[in-house]
Amino acid sequence: MVTTVFPKSIKSRPIYGQLLPKHGTRHLMIADGEGATGLTDMLSKIKNDRSEFLNKSHIVYVPGVNGVDQSDVLVGLGAAQFYKSPTIDAAMPRLRLILQDARMGIQFYLSGTESLMGRVQTAIMETGYTHSAIQMEHRGSLSRRVQCVHCKGITENVKIDPFKCGHCGLHLFVRDHYSRRISAFQGVNIDAEDPGVVPPSEERFL
Amino acid sequence: MIGDTKIKVRVTDAVTINPLIKQFRFVSCDGSDLPAFSSGAHIFVEMEDNGTRRLNQYSLMSTPEDLSCYTISVRRDDVGRGGSVFMHNSVKPGMEMVISHPINFFPLDVRARKHLFVAGGIGITPFIAHMAQLLGQDHKFELHYSARSHGLGAYVDHLKDIYGSKVHCYFDDKNQKINLENLLRGQAIGTHVYVCGPKPMISWVRQTAEQCGWPDQAVHYEEFLAPPTGKPFVVELARSKKIFTVSTNQSLLEAIEAAGVDAPYLCRGGACGQCITNVVSCDGEIEHNDHWFEPDEHNEFGTIMPCVSRFCGKSLVLDR
Amino acid sequence: MGINIKDGFFSDETFREDFTYKNSPQAIKRFPFPFDRDDYMYAVNLEPHTKGREGSVFEFAFDVDEHYVSEMRDRAMVLSEDPLRCQSLPHMTLAGWDLLELIMVSKARDYPKWFSLTKDGNQWHWINRPMGIDQKFTFLDETTLPYGPMEYITRQTQGDFSLQDERDGNLWMDAGMITSQADWSLDFDIGMNFMEWHAPVPLAHEKGIFDRALKYLLNLRLGAPVRRYNWTMTIDPLLDTAPETYPIWGPTRATLEKGNVGERMNLRVEVQALFRLPRSNAIAFSIRCYLVRFEDLVTVPKWGRRLHRVIKELHPDLAVYKGFLRNRPLMVEYLAQFDDGAPTSPGCWPDE
Repeated sequence: MVTTVFPKSIKSRPIYGQLLPKHGTRHLMIADGEGATGLTDMLSKIKNDRSEFLNKSHIVYVPGVNGVDQSDVLVGLGAAQFYKSPTIDAAMPRLRLILQDARMGIQFYLSGTESLMGRVQTAIMETGYTHSAIQMEHRGSLSRRVQCVHCKGITENVKIDPFKCGHCGLHLFVRDHYSRRISAFQGVNIDAEDPGVVPPSEERFL
Repeated sequence: MIGDTKIKVRVTDAVTINPLIKQFRFVSCDGSDLPAFSSGAHIFVEMEDNGTRRLNQYSLMSTPEDLSCYTISVRRDDVGRGGSVFMHNSVKPGMEMVISHPINFFPLDVRARKHLFVAGGIGITPFIAHMAQLLGQDHKFELHYSARSHGLGAYVDHLKDIYGSKVHCYFDDKNQKINLENLLRGQAIGTHVYVCGPKPMISWVRQTAEQCGWPDQAVHYEEFLAPPTGKPFVVELARSKKIFTVSTNQSLLEAIEAAGVDAPYLCRGGACGQCITNVVSCDGEIEHNDHWFEPDEHNEFGTIMPCVSRFCGKSLVLDR
Repeated sequence: MGINIKDGFFSDETFREDFTYKNSPQAIKRFPFPFDRDDYMYAVNLEPHTKGREGSVFEFAFDVDEHYVSEMRDRAMVLSEDPLRCQSLPHMTLAGWDLLELIMVSKARDYPKWFSLTKDGNQWHWINRPMGIDQKFTFLDETTLPYGPMEYITRQTQGDFSLQDERDGNLWMDAGMITSQADWSLDFDIGMNFMEWHAPVPLAHEKGIFDRALKYLLNLRLGAPVRRYNWTMTIDPLLDTAPETYPIWGPTRATLEKGNVGERMNLRVEVQALFRLPRSNAIAFSIRCYLVRFEDLVTVPKWGRRLHRVIKELHPDLAVYKGFLRNRPLMVEYLAQFDDGAPTSPGCWPDE
């Protein structure tokens, strides 16, 4: 599974890189779905003894919403801590506590879907830690979290465009305009000017 | 084009703090409040020193909330260009001077959960304003201050009195050193570190922070940049049709100003890009001393930053 | 809040539903027409925000006109319906105080018959006669005002405001009062940096407009504010054209007809000014919106001719982004009546 390459877009559309091992006092690795191999690919870049790095590592893994479960490649790695959570929501309380007590010198490695990486990034930012030092590599599903600009409700796992807001029912088109603070793309009413005229949905974010 | 309005001030105090450092206090000539500023800001103080006009940069150390006066501290540098010597020897209470509006290249990151200050010598000055600012706002901070000795550590006792256990001092003559690695490793996530002092100290803090896994955006520094001195050289200004010599202790920018030509500037230390000037022709070598361009970009753009850069050769013509 | 019409200056009008908004002849003459030539493309059109021509919208730092009281009433209604239009991230309170001081000092100096400010150390006394406000408070103490400082003062000031924190070589929009915007969401964009919140603007990024503008703004100094224009089109004099309420005002775009273009189509001009703030080192960005119906605008012959030419030749991407591509033919047809092909003088001012 290779790193996702996104088409060129507007400046607020996040761009993800490739994970690299860095100096740190602790390494927090979080992944979902195919992101597990994003983590193992990063570890394979460590030239010498990996055990020093892994002794300082804490891995949190969530199987993909698409059913992909790569936890077996992570379990036996020898990380100081490994935890598998059923969903991103369920993992958040644990993550928040880790962040609350974290020290400077901690390194973050996120891999998987934009939804997972975005939500974790937002939680990290709430500690005052700068977002640009959080490493992120996209792998797997392109499905998006979309916030309806009208009712503010967020619809998860949006794969089609346009789609129906899961909260207020308006038909929304999905913009590439993205907010790190909310960790979501913006959805705007598509038939405001001509109510009822809604183009057929395309599968854009599989 | 200078851009900033100047403020006419009067010196009310010129106090010797220790053998190297003198403190100066300014009030506005017309008795009005001075402009409010953000901690970390500096002003330029203009001085006419025997026909040479200099603008030296000094951090404001006064409390930002007190607009009745500005206070600065000047460390005497006997081998420098002469600005600090002038301040020490010639600036007396009652004297009228001209200063710039405050400008800030060393602000606090107000989102930080905690501010960790590392000061060396005269680098203590911006932190005095920072701590006064933070005390009023109930933010977490800590100061680690290194000086040659207790006697040469300006304001050590004063700071310990006000801030107590938040202040940690280290004196070279007692072989006391900041245990920087330990200090950095123990900070809670969301801490920012700020360093101001001699160049080697700044490099040391930046490198240690990187090795400890701190992101660049959480490491802030201010270097007190002065234009380097060098051999005199001749320069021609194409548009103003002037030719003059830049002397040893004078920067190219100062020489342009002395020739009566207004040139844009902001930091006067090679860090902000405001003074970038096009080179019309050059027969010789330009000594690029700025921190703005990458080394290979200088030739690509055919420009020079006159606030810090110099020249050696047959002729230099600038588009000014 | 009653309208103070004692001196007959402030209008009592609406910017919604029945749209009783109208410009007096003086307001039309001083309208900030943004086109200085017969075509338009994005540029870094920043100029010093110094005291301008007497009687013009540029005379003072914060222009107060006949629409003041009614605009503030409309703002209060918008906020009551949607409080998310005014937000301030926790670290921006000091910047809010800087803005409060800037506006109060400016208005008390420039319009002394309407505003006064007396200071006794940190004990301040502010009087806003048109809005009937008499407030004593302690500067820098939020507990002594009914709202946070930015919200307090912007509820009394025409125009939208955003406060930008400067860090990491960029500007971050970390607070704002945005109730008269041209279709962008504060709630979504708050926290973004300069490049990110401008991301949706077509063409300008490729031209390097934002790189140059950012570099310029990072060097913005205390006491040296700058200004520029932006413009778009709005059907009916509706101030609140936020994306949040798009389902409400969007449908009106399809209701423009040949017979109502003059009355319902409005040129919407934003006079934007940027100020460096002293204690927070942040930048205040004011976005002051002026609306004029086409039928009023064309009473200035030069403007009628020029607007026709600008709209006719405008790059289609800009017409899409500004939301009027579908109505462009109707607008051009209407404006053509006022363009006899005669030359227009350079600059924005009407010919005397």
